[in-house]
Amino acid sequence: MNVRLLVNGSPVELDVPGMRRLLDVLREDLGLTGTKEGCGEGECGACSVILDGQVVDACLVPISQVDGSTVRTVEGLARRAPERIGPTLDELQAAFLETGGAQCGICTPGMLMAARAWIDSDGGPDDAGIREAIAGNLCRCTGYTKIVEAIAMVARRDER
Amino acid sequence: MTIRTEPRRTGSPVAPQTGTPDALLLHPGEVAPGRARARAPLRREGPEKLTGEAKYADDLVFPGAWFGATVRSTEAHARLVGIDLADGFDWSTVVVATAADIPGENIVSLISDDQPVLVPVGGEIQHHAEPIALIAAPDRETLRAARRGLTIRTESLPPVFDPFASDHVFAHYEIASGDIDAGFAAAELVLEGTYRVGHQEQLYIENNAMIAVPREDGGVTLHGSLQCPYYVHKALKRALALDDVRAQVIQAETGGGFGGKEEYPSIIAIHAAILALKCSKPVRMIYDRHEDIAATTKRHPAIVTHRTGVKRDGTLVAQDIEVVMDGGAYCTLTPVVLSRGAIHAGGPYRCPNVRIRARATRTNTPPNGAFRGFGAPQTEFAAETHLNRLADALAIGPLDIRRRNVYRVGDTTPTGQVLRESVAGEEVLERAAEAAEFERLREKTARTRDDAAVDGSQSPLTSGKSRRASGIGLALAWHGAGFTGSGEVKLASVASVELTAAGGIRILTASTEMGQGTKTIFPQLVADTLGVPYEAVEIAPQDTAFVPDSGPTVASRTAMVVGGLCIKAAERLRDTVESATGRPFAEGYRDHAAKSGGVRIDQRFEPYPGIHFDDETYRGDAYPAFGWASCVAEVDVDLDTGEVAVTNVVAVDDVGRVIHQTLAEGQVEGGTLQAIGYATIEEMKLRDGRYLNDRLATYLIPTALDAPRITSILVEAPFSGAPHGAKGVGELPMDVGAPAVVAAIHDATGAWIHELPATPERILAALGVTAVAPSPTVPAGADRVEGAIEAPIVEGTDPRPDAPTDPQPLRGPQK
Repeated sequence: MNVRLLVNGSPVELDVPGMRRLLDVLREDLGLTGTKEGCGEGECGACSVILDGQVVDACLVPISQVDGSTVRTVEGLARRAPERIGPTLDELQAAFLETGGAQCGICTPGMLMAARAWIDSDGGPDDAGIREAIAGNLCRCTGYTKIVEAIAMVARRDER
Repeated sequence: MTIRTEPRRTGSPVAPQTGTPDALLLHPGEVAPGRARARAPLRREGPEKLTGEAKYADDLVFPGAWFGATVRSTEAHARLVGIDLADGFDWSTVVVATAADIPGENIVSLISDDQPVLVPVGGEIQHHAEPIALIAAPDRETLRAARRGLTIRTESLPPVFDPFASDHVFAHYEIASGDIDAGFAAAELVLEGTYRVGHQEQLYIENNAMIAVPREDGGVTLHGSLQCPYYVHKALKRALALDDVRAQVIQAETGGGFGGKEEYPSIIAIHAAILALKCSKPVRMIYDRHEDIAATTKRHPAIVTHRTGVKRDGTLVAQDIEVVMDGGAYCTLTPVVLSRGAIHAGGPYRCPNVRIRARATRTNTPPNGAFRGFGAPQTEFAAETHLNRLADALAIGPLDIRRRNVYRVGDTTPTGQVLRESVAGEEVLERAAEAAEFERLREKTARTRDDAAVDGSQSPLTSGKSRRASGIGLALAWHGAGFTGSGEVKLASVASVELTAAGGIRILTASTEMGQGTKTIFPQLVADTLGVPYEAVEIAPQDTAFVPDSGPTVASRTAMVVGGLCIKAAERLRDTVESATGRPFAEGYRDHAAKSGGVRIDQRFEPYPGIHFDDETYRGDAYPAFGWASCVAEVDVDLDTGEVAVTNVVAVDDVGRVIHQTLAEGQVEGGTLQAIGYATIEEMKLRDGRYLNDRLATYLIPTALDAPRITSILVEAPFSGAPHGAKGVGELPMDVGAPAVVAAIHDATGAWIHELPATPERILAALGVTAVAPSPTVPAGADRVEGAIEAPIVEGTDPRPDAPTDPQPLRGPQK
């Protein structure tokens, strides 16, 4: 079927099977491999993207359900800069880098999208709220401490 | 073959030039006790990981690549009679490989040669996930159809699932010191206990993944998710009959390992390579989560029995310990896991009379292998829980019994190793107790229990009050740094530092980055040694065509051993350049490179001075040094459901020397949460040798909501044998979290949990017969010795009515 999407601000038109997963469309058809697959059954959150403002697991979304939608992936976070110097990290990415919120990095793109949605919905710096917001994203490296720290740092800055 | 990376790279991402966050990191020159000395650099490959630019194996694009799959047994033990291809499928559209297609030896090279790459027809299937055949197809749909058309014929054989019933022993050790009988004769209390731990899955979030690309020279290049490029390289050469050059292994960005990508990637690499050579196309072997959990290695289950003699004051006088590990169907790394488990089995405590007997046997379950801690978390859980029960029986506090027995400088371990330096057990213990306010909170939880008891509620289950009970627990552990015994000497690792002809400084090692920060700390160490900025030092890709074999990225050895080699290589490079130019390295190296060309220094491991171990007698310095860790955990236990919430943890770890505070804390926090998962929710259930919960929906790991606040405190007791004093950090926290949680559960409920994980079912079973009694809170029928202690008293083991019977006495070969 024919599908139109707005991916990270760019309009995209594809002719794909209707039951193809959004995850595969992003990774294989659009080459946006920043979004990861960890389990394929909606448990780990590594494939989290922001779909029309909501965090979803892209492995559970058939493309036929999202025609006309807006999708944000990790590739849409950093500000594009002149080719020569590459993208500039957004405030969440920078906070993760400072605090040590990314270790092996495989959960990081999904974690960042869940965090982005929390910040964008004016989520505060409180520990419980942040933990709830990222409860669908598994991380095996960090113990979550530094991830929560990073998100709280950005939320505090936004409150000021 | 070229790698097409999408989206198009636009140069390296950079951090924004905004101000750094306040109060998170120390500023240059600032010193805090036990903390890194100056502000450390940011994670080297962090920006790529944070923008999605980092390429993990499944992100790599190879045009025209085929998809590979493994056909596995569905029986735990059987003879393979035949492999049949169904009519009605066009087999010319795919490639099928069996044992007959293996160009070299049908062996996955590791310690023992017992594991085949594929079971040959006529051969024995040893576990239900054993690889039988391989299929590659140009697309996933054809691959699925081909898999449906391939069937295997077998004759069932009787399986063995009980490690005690198995007569196939992979390894056994006996470690003894003093006179065990005299020790027990002198004891004033003798306590016995049996402790069990089950499988644990590493559960890296990136599944195992390997892509094989055929080379024009007839060889094969592997790109994959892996910890040890040269393990894969060696295994490939042997199974594919290739030489050093025609087998090439390149690490892709790796999404976590924890030991799970130490030995298993060798099998996947061989499988992918066989298919790639047969179909002459790149072949992608990307496991999905189900296959990864069902087939790959787990932490070894263990049954540990302690019989311990003590004086009334808590002084240990005799430890008799039996360790039995379930190796699974093949040897893998089992002898080394068992060895580390055995050496650590007594815990970090001085005891003059010790006997440790350990063995690992074969069962018809998927092979167990490396997992963070490598045998020590199993035996140290038993040692710590047993010590807490001893303290309880003697009415001594958990902190006091540890103060009395913890190793100090000059003490001798059961292998006869004299602890000459870098002994920080006491320090981590005191700092953890202090930071967590252990004694004060423990008195508080005791008062709460007493108050509940005064209310007349013998059991919180029936009182209608206090449906939640809080408790606090403490544990202490040691962890040998680097390879066991003569392991490092045999490895003879090499790390190189190069001044390139173009004036660049480059580190060459096979040590992989998988989250710990290898690519950050090596340039830090080399830059400091050379006196150049961190940014001036590059690190070469982990590619066997370019980097020397610096050994596997395991055993918390990267910072200590390979980091030490990097420093020594850098020192030699500095001296070479400085003596040639007569100027400080930083001022002269570019000119030197321009005039005289590049210089490469290869630094080989040299034995640490004064460290000797005899593999035959198991006597001597088992490790060059030990790291020390203490953990205090607070829990809330729901007395209706048996659920445990770990609410707060203080983790104190002596890592020798902190190279990068943020990264080291990250290791402590992550390892602590893995240990909490091990203690509370991570359980592999088996039926007929098959994992029942082999999906992420059923094998649970802690989420952000399950995770406690973790306060990590780093202690530095440097090891003089390493130029920078570092002892490693990765595994330490894994040893100590579970016994702290179990101690806290006891403090909250009065129930001792003898088997990990402490699931709600086990806690309720323990509570069902052991209501919280008036102070002191000890379950009826447990090991409490009231009043004066008559010596010697042999106490029972497990108060639970449904507890499995204690293991049979050890059989089989004993040294």
